[in-house]
Amino acid sequence: MTEIIDILISASFWAAVLRIASPLIFATLGELICERAGVLNLGIEGIMVFGAFAGWMAVYAGFGLWPGVLVALLAGMAFGALHALLTVPFGLSQHVVGLGITMLATSSAYYAYRLALPEVTSPPRIDPFQPLHIPVLSDIPWLGQALFSQTALTWAAFGCAALVALVLYRTPLGLAVRAAGENPQAVEAQGLSVAAIRMGAVIVGSGLMAVGGAFLTMSAFSSFFFEMVNGRGWICIALVVFGAWKPGKALLGALLFAGFDALQIRLQQTPMGQLVPYQVFLMIPYVLSILALILMSRRAEVPAALMTPFNRGER
Amino acid sequence: MRLDPITTPSPARTVGLPALALGATVLVAMGLALIAGADPLATLGLIVKGAAGSKFALLETLNRATPLIFTGLAISVAFRAKLWNIGAEAQLYVGALVTVVIGTQLGLPGPLALPLMALGAVLAGALVLLGPVLLKTRLGVDEVVTTLLLNFIMALFISYLLEGPLKDPMGMGWPKSPALPRDARLPRIVEGLRLHWGFGLALISALGVWIMQTRTTLGYEIRATGLNPEAARFAGIPVGRVLVKTALISGGLAALAGFSEVAGLKGNLTADLSPGFGYTGIVVAMLALLHPLGVVVSALFVAGVFVGADSMSRAAGVPTYIADILLATALLFMVLAILLTKVRVVRG
Repeated sequence: MTEIIDILISASFWAAVLRIASPLIFATLGELICERAGVLNLGIEGIMVFGAFAGWMAVYAGFGLWPGVLVALLAGMAFGALHALLTVPFGLSQHVVGLGITMLATSSAYYAYRLALPEVTSPPRIDPFQPLHIPVLSDIPWLGQALFSQTALTWAAFGCAALVALVLYRTPLGLAVRAAGENPQAVEAQGLSVAAIRMGAVIVGSGLMAVGGAFLTMSAFSSFFFEMVNGRGWICIALVVFGAWKPGKALLGALLFAGFDALQIRLQQTPMGQLVPYQVFLMIPYVLSILALILMSRRAEVPAALMTPFNRGER
Repeated sequence: MRLDPITTPSPARTVGLPALALGATVLVAMGLALIAGADPLATLGLIVKGAAGSKFALLETLNRATPLIFTGLAISVAFRAKLWNIGAEAQLYVGALVTVVIGTQLGLPGPLALPLMALGAVLAGALVLLGPVLLKTRLGVDEVVTTLLLNFIMALFISYLLEGPLKDPMGMGWPKSPALPRDARLPRIVEGLRLHWGFGLALISALGVWIMQTRTTLGYEIRATGLNPEAARFAGIPVGRVLVKTALISGGLAALAGFSEVAGLKGNLTADLSPGFGYTGIVVAMLALLHPLGVVVSALFVAGVFVGADSMSRAAGVPTYIADILLATALLFMVLAILLTKVRVVRG
C-alpha cells in the first residue's frame, strides 16, 4: 500500500499519466467522430501503426517534427478515405472493411519500413518533441513537473478534445454529424448528404488516429518498432464505449486508463511487484478495457444508426 | 450515388467481377515489386514457383494451409451468424496449450493421448469464445473488442507459462514447452512426405461444417440468425442459444489449428507458434464467401501467397510483408466485387 502512495505522490507518475494518455486521446477522439456519424472504424489499429511509421519516417527523412505530424495526419486521412468509400457509399460490412484496412495499413507500414531500412537491426532514432517550458507554470515545485512539463503534442491532444466537443455540440456541423449517426433519414430530409457527412467524419477521425500513432514515435519514444501500437487501437474503441460517445468522458476515460497503466509500470519495479510475473501487469490494460465495456454495457448510449449503412434508394 | 439491386445478375458479372478483383490484386503485387526495385513479372513468377514449383514447395503450402483451414472455418461459421469472432488467435493458442499440457504432463500412451489432446483443445477453444458470447447475449457487450483484447491477454498468459511453469527444463533457457513424446504426435499421411494428418483432419472438418450448415437444423438457424436476428427471433429461433452454439463450434475449430500445429508440425509450444493465423483466417473466410468448402480452396491460395512470398523474398529481396498487403487488398477488392455482382451503382 505504501508503495502505491509513494507512486501517487511522485510528480513523474502524473507526468507519465498525461504522456500515456495522449495517443489514446487522439485515437479515441478519432474513433468517436467516426462512430458519432454512424461508422465503426476498425481500421484504427492499423491506421495508428501507419501514423507512427509515416510521422517518424518523415522526420527521419529530414522534414522536421510538425511536418511529420502533418504527414501522419494526411496518411491517416488517406486510409480513412478508403474506409469511407467502401463503407459509406458502397455500404460494405464495417467489420470486414475495418479489419481489412488494419491489415493493409499495418503491412504497408512494415513493407515501407523494410524497404527504407533493409539492413538495420536496431531502428534509428529521431529527435522527438521535447517538453515545453511554460513560464511560471513549469517552475512551480512538484506541480510544474507533474502537469506542466509536457510536449506540444500532449497539449495538442487536450486542445483537440476541447475542439471536438465544441464542434460536436456547438456548431451546425456537429449537429449534422450527430444526426447522421442517430437519424440519417432526418439529415436527408434537411437536404444534407448523409454520405458526405459520414465520409468526412471517417476521414477526419482516421487522421486523428494516425496522429495518435505518430505520438508514439515522435513524442513518447523516438524510434519505430514493429508491434509498438500493441492493441492501443482496440483499447481506444473500448474507451469510446466507456466514454459513452462523449468527448469529455472519453478524455477522462483515457486519463483514468493511462493512470492504471502508469501505475502498473511502476508497481512492476517495487519489491512486491517483483513477486508477480510481469505478464500479469502487462495484462492489466486489456483486462481493464474489457471490464470497462462490461461496466458500461447497461448504460450505453450507442448512436442509433451505428453500423447501419444508409442507401438513398431504400426508404 | 445510389445502389439498386440487380435481380438476375448476368454470368459475366458474377464471374467477371471476382476475377477482376484478383487481377487487380496481381497488379498491386507488380506495383509493389516495382517500388522495391524488382522486376514485377519475375517477382510474380518467383512467388508462384515458391508456392507450387516443386514437391517441397507444394508440401510447404499444404502445411501452411492446414491451420488456415481451421481458423478460416472457425471464422466462416461465426461470421455466418454475424458473430464477429476476431479472437481465433487466442483460441488457437489455448488449443495448442491444452494439447501440450495433456501430451506432456499426463504420460498417457499415444493412441489415448491424441484424441484426448484434440478433445481438450476443442473444449478449451470453445470456452475461450463462450465468455465474450455470453457477455454479448446477456449484457450486450460488443464481441469484436472483447475477442480482440483476449488475443493480447492470451499471448501474455502463454508467455508467462513458457517462462514459468511450462518451461522446458532442457530448453537451454529458451521460452518453450517440453516436446510431445513421439507417439503423441500426428502421423504423416504418406510415409516420407512432410505432410501430417492435421491436414486430413482439416479437410474432414470442412466437410463436417458443410454438412452441418446444409443438412441440419442448427445450420438453418445459424443462417437465419445471421441474415436477420429480429426475424429469426420472431420465427421462434432461440437466437441467444444459436449464438452460443455457434461460438462453441467456432472456438473449437480455431483451437484445432493450435492442436494440429503442435501435434502435427512443431511438437512443442512457443510464443511464436502462430504468425497471425487467427487474423489471416478472416481473409480466408471472406475470400471463400464464408463457404466451408471454399475455405479449403482459399486457405490453399492464402498459404501459397505466404509461402511463395517467403521464398521470393529470399531470392529477389522484396520484403515478405508484400504477402500481407496483397491479402488485405484481395480482401477489400473481393468484398467490393461481390457487392457489385448484386447491386448496380446509379447516379443520384
